[in-house]
Amino acid sequence: MITIPPRETSGLDGDETRLSPELLVRMHEIMVRARCLEERLIRMNKQGDGYFWIGGPGEEAFNGPLGMLVHKGQGPQFDYLHLHYRSSATLLAMGADPVDTLRQMKSTASDPYSAGRNFCNHYSVRKWNVVPVSSPIEVQFAMAPGTAIANKRVGGKGITIVQGGDAGTAEGDFATCLIWSSRPGAELPCLIVVTNNHWGISTPASEQHGEKHIADRARAFGIRTVILDGNDPEISYRELKKAMDYVRNERKPFLVEAMVSRLYGHSSASGANLVTDESDCLPAFEKKLEDRKILTRSAMDELRARTTQELLEASKRIRDEPQPEGDQIWRHVFAEKDAVAVGEGHPFAGGRNGAS
Amino acid sequence: MATIVQAIRLALHVGETRLGVTDIFGEDVGAPLGGVFTQSQGLRTAWNTPLDERGIVGTAIGLALAGQRPIAEIQFCDYAFNSIDLMKLAGGICWSSAGDYNCPMVLMTPVGSGIRGSLYHSHSFDGQATRLPGWKIVMPSNPLDAYGLLLSAIVDPNPVMYLAPKALLRAKAGPGERLPGEPDDERALARMIDAPLGDRSRWRPDWPDVHDLFVPIGKAKTCRAGRHVSVVTYGRMVPLAMLAAERLAQEGIDTEILDLRSLHPVDFEAIFASVRKTNRVLFLNEDTEVTNFGEHLLRKTVDQLFYELHAPPRLLAGAHVPGVGLADSLERASVPQLEHVVAAVRELAGHQA
Repeated sequence: MITIPPRETSGLDGDETRLSPELLVRMHEIMVRARCLEERLIRMNKQGDGYFWIGGPGEEAFNGPLGMLVHKGQGPQFDYLHLHYRSSATLLAMGADPVDTLRQMKSTASDPYSAGRNFCNHYSVRKWNVVPVSSPIEVQFAMAPGTAIANKRVGGKGITIVQGGDAGTAEGDFATCLIWSSRPGAELPCLIVVTNNHWGISTPASEQHGEKHIADRARAFGIRTVILDGNDPEISYRELKKAMDYVRNERKPFLVEAMVSRLYGHSSASGANLVTDESDCLPAFEKKLEDRKILTRSAMDELRARTTQELLEASKRIRDEPQPEGDQIWRHVFAEKDAVAVGEGHPFAGGRNGAS
Repeated sequence: MATIVQAIRLALHVGETRLGVTDIFGEDVGAPLGGVFTQSQGLRTAWNTPLDERGIVGTAIGLALAGQRPIAEIQFCDYAFNSIDLMKLAGGICWSSAGDYNCPMVLMTPVGSGIRGSLYHSHSFDGQATRLPGWKIVMPSNPLDAYGLLLSAIVDPNPVMYLAPKALLRAKAGPGERLPGEPDDERALARMIDAPLGDRSRWRPDWPDVHDLFVPIGKAKTCRAGRHVSVVTYGRMVPLAMLAAERLAQEGIDTEILDLRSLHPVDFEAIFASVRKTNRVLFLNEDTEVTNFGEHLLRKTVDQLFYELHAPPRLLAGAHVPGVGLADSLERASVPQLEHVVAAVRELAGHQA
């Protein structure tokens, strides 16, 4: 169903491209935890423990490696992440506690991402440069040039990573990102990621998009691109690493179009039921790990069962955590202090084109 | 005496030299033009952007989140309508993240009619701006406030919208409104900081040593004390109300004029104090009248002071039509004129309860 141009992935199946067993085991664990988290969130929603579900089951093979490759930290020396609501595997790979996502699902006051205000998978982690995820499609692509200017200004290897789906590229904000990140002489260290699941809620991309590949649009701006099989975590990891190395070192943009699956539909609004006609990255990867004798079937089954059980128990535990008080609505309308300010002696030096 | 546009330029200079401003940007904001109204001439951190308002607002948010201090400009507020959801996003960053992030940015845009701007250079933005929770909104009516409000906007940790009444940008300061540190001779100031016509490639401004002045956001100013009727207004309508007050004084009507200066937070304390004194009030602005910001002020006043009002409170605002027409007769019929303000205040003063 998903056709990948052969030139983009040729050579990636050779032995020299294989990643170390330790890395693959870690990758697998992240994928399993992310899948179990999404399955638990869906269950919670169906059982009435949360009003709405949206998430990323089917994107773990791409989003997990993405999170593993992030230079994590606070401030423009580190990577900024402008994610969307299918990025749970990225957050887990960075070290987020899945129980916190359950809290956001349950709208508890203890939800560290929004204190019960926002939907699940709407993250905000300032200490890791994860800027607040918001529901409107593609606005993150209009914000990304700003953090990328800061990355470039401060020097070092920090980059801006912005991610959205394929349907959202129809918004003007996608063009904004392409144009602002490729201004001559002011190119930005911006990794532009399109996770292409070929759907926009119920509307297939084939009915709305005449372009052969979304990545082709970036080429008009001289932005380097790759189209890859986002259901293969090894390909995703290797290609992302190459793309990120390019952005880190050249301080120029790069676009990754990853073909991924959407395994439970758009959101709880469309039922959140498992679809059977899209390929599932997890069993495919597990078969590879088994064939290569990196992990046994029983070890992988045990990991999945244990993680499922842990999250089930956590979801019961957090039922008792309090909801926010109504009068909390008045908190944080305005900030009292400047949390995002960088310290004294920071190399502030605006240039005439905003990127020097 | 500095004009408003010179006061803005001086505040931007103070911002980038002393207050940590890193980026002053927008369409034609950088060299060679330095802004379509000359407000950003000669500034070190001014730069030009693609013709993309959403990109401008979005980039300002990104810069702010990364600890920079951006001042973004939408060339005319008439072109800001396509960016309202990004403004909503900026206003919601602190709230949605439960205080994890704040978004310290300034968004400047010229507003209002009065320069023969026709349909798309005459809009007001107070109605839209004040429906964006999480933003502070300021609107000066004179050079001193233009300077002091901008410095306060720059140091505020929240998004601040700076609405500049475009018809007043060349208005000079009145007596006692000299900027702190401004040269005595107004021609000297122009020679120092106004870019020459023609080739500017070798021109550099000679900045005067202007001092800090922070006009607090949320504080109104009584421009004229009076006993009979209060006029609560802001921006371009302030000098118009002052002219009306002079004319009405000849009829024995003593008008009090309150310049709000900040639309959010708004200084209800000052409004209520004035209305308690005069018992009659006119809310005056040039935005279209349906769902007008003045209606909110009027409703709050009625809620609070119903039994103290000696006349029905009035709103005088722009006609609810799609644009301000170019012909003089059309513009005069669209936005409040001197005679309209005089008539409204006179009617309030003469109302017998």
